[in-house]
This record gives sequence, structure tokens and C-alpha cells, in this order.
Amino acid sequence: MAIGLGTYLALAAVLFGIGAAGFLTRRNLLLQLMSIEIMLNAVNLTLVSFNRWSPATHAGQVFAFFVIAIAAAEAAVGLAILISLFRLKKTVESDRADLLRH
Amino acid sequence: MDPVEVVGSDMSTMGQVLFAVCGVLALVTAITTITQRTPLRAAMALLGHILALAGLYITLHAQLLAAIQLIVYAGAVVVLFVFVIMLIGPGALDRPPDERGVRTKIIGAATVAMLTGAIAFQVGEATAPLTTIHTCPEGAGDCVEFGGVAALSHAIFVGAAVPFELVSMLLLVAIIAAIAIARGVHAGERRSEVEGVDMAEKLPIRPTVLDPLPASPGSERDLDAPAE
Repeated sequence: MAIGLGTYLALAAVLFGIGAAGFLTRRNLLLQLMSIEIMLNAVNLTLVSFNRWSPATHAGQVFAFFVIAIAAAEAAVGLAILISLFRLKKTVESDRADLLRH
Repeated sequence: MDPVEVVGSDMSTMGQVLFAVCGVLALVTAITTITQRTPLRAAMALLGHILALAGLYITLHAQLLAAIQLIVYAGAVVVLFVFVIMLIGPGALDRPPDERGVRTKIIGAATVAMLTGAIAFQVGEATAPLTTIHTCPEGAGDCVEFGGVAALSHAIFVGAAVPFELVSMLLLVAIIAAIAIARGVHAGERRSEVEGVDMAEKLPIRPTVLDPLPASPGSERDLDAPAE
């Protein structure tokens, strides 16, 4: 089997789907954040593989670099929100983050 | 030394093996991450997922990005997750009963699986023309390789210098925001603030409280007394 651009893109799509399914089905905020990381990684894989088959510039890899930086910032802020929520409600269930609803 | 031109789409057997191993590992660890009940095990599976993706980056000739992936994700993000899991303790566990029905879950999972399958099979047909990339032979001195440190740094610091600086500002803002959110307001701090307000309201009584203070010149006089 020849491994081409399509193989990488299909793998990245499946990984993104796994991340999306995890984000939608889990109720634990920690696991939801991890699912977001899986989705961002899948997008990075897409960017890098496109760059591999269009190597005139490094645009895809530079973009993946920025995505990694922003994912790190997102994880830091997300975990800070999680700690704040845990202090308030003594739980990390996203279903119980309903302070703005009542 | 001049870079060697390599035809893009012919992957070596070694690369194919690495792709197969890392691809399967990435899929398995991703599924493990979202199905584990214990967050710590999910974090370890996420670590395996990140390592597998670094291997995939290497098959794509993105060596520097693979290193950055290991440093930032495996070194920082996963450690941050583990720190938070340890900080929260048993409260991080999932509650065993899930109040939503099995039917809803099956419908949701089937929808996601169908969408993902459709996208995957569609993009799996994608082909790209043969391309050439620059790789360096073993032991080459100064040679700019595709995806290496020199090439990617040039692309970032020359081609995208302003976004790079903006990202540094973003990280600074994220650090400050994370501290501000996670710090919270403790009960003790709130009480001390209320006391401060009370003190401000009782200001007219203050002179009577402060009356004993002029005793300090007296003590000075006492100190002077032995001198006389």
C-alpha cells in the first residue's frame, strides 16, 4: 500500500473524529480538555502533511508551530478555569457548571 | 554542502513501518484517552498519543516540529494535566452513573462515526503530485534541510516575526489570566477587606484610638533623662 497524502489526511480525520466524540460524550472537564488537545493535534497533522507535499515554503509547519503555542495557552487557561470551578462546586463535571443558568 | 533532492512521494520502507506503527499507536491511544474512566490513565494515554504524533511528524520530514511537540506537549501540557489531577484528587473521578440514556449515546456516537468516516474516505482519495524536498546526507556541515532547525527558524523569524511576537504576548496574557482565575478569592481575604471598610467608616473615632501614641515622645524624654 502506497502511503500518500490521502493516508495522512484520513488518519488525521479519524483522530479528529475521536477527539470530537470524546468532547461530546464525556462529562469530565479534564477529559474534555484532553479531547480538545487530540483535535488540535489532528489539525496539526493535517497541516504538516500538506506541507510535506507542498514543500516550497514552510507555511504549514509554521502554522502548526503557532497552533502548538496556542494549544498550550488554551490548556493553561482551561485548567485554571477547571481549578476555579472545582473550588466552587467541588466537582469537575461540566454538567454542574450551571452558575449562569439560574 | 548542497542539499540532496529527494523525490517527495517515495517513502522508504523504514518510513512506512514508522508510519504504520505510529498511526496505529495514535489511533489506539486516542481511543484509550477518551474511554478511560480514570483521568490519570487518560493523561498517560494522551502522552502516548503525543509521542506517536511526534513519530508521524518525523515521517513527514518535520524534525524540529517533532521536537517542539515533545517539549511542549509531553513536557509541559501533560505535566500540567497530571498536576491538576493530583491537585484535585479523588474529585477528578467520573461519577459512575451516567444519567443520559444509552440511546442518546449510541445516536451521538453513530453520527460522529458516520461523519468522520465520510470525511476520512473522501480525503483518503486525495493525491498530490510528486514533489522534491531538500534533505542532507549523513554528516553534512552547514546544509539547510527541509523541516530542520535552520529552515523552520528562518521561516518563523523572517517570514512570521510579527505573529511570533504576538504569540509571546498571548502566552503572557494567558499566564496572567490563568493565575488570576486559579487564585480565586479566599474567605480570609474577603473578611479582611470587610474589616478594612469598617475601619474606614470608623475614621472619626480614630483620634481617640490614636491618643496613646503621643506617649512615644515621653519615652524619648525618659531616654534623655539619664543624660541630664
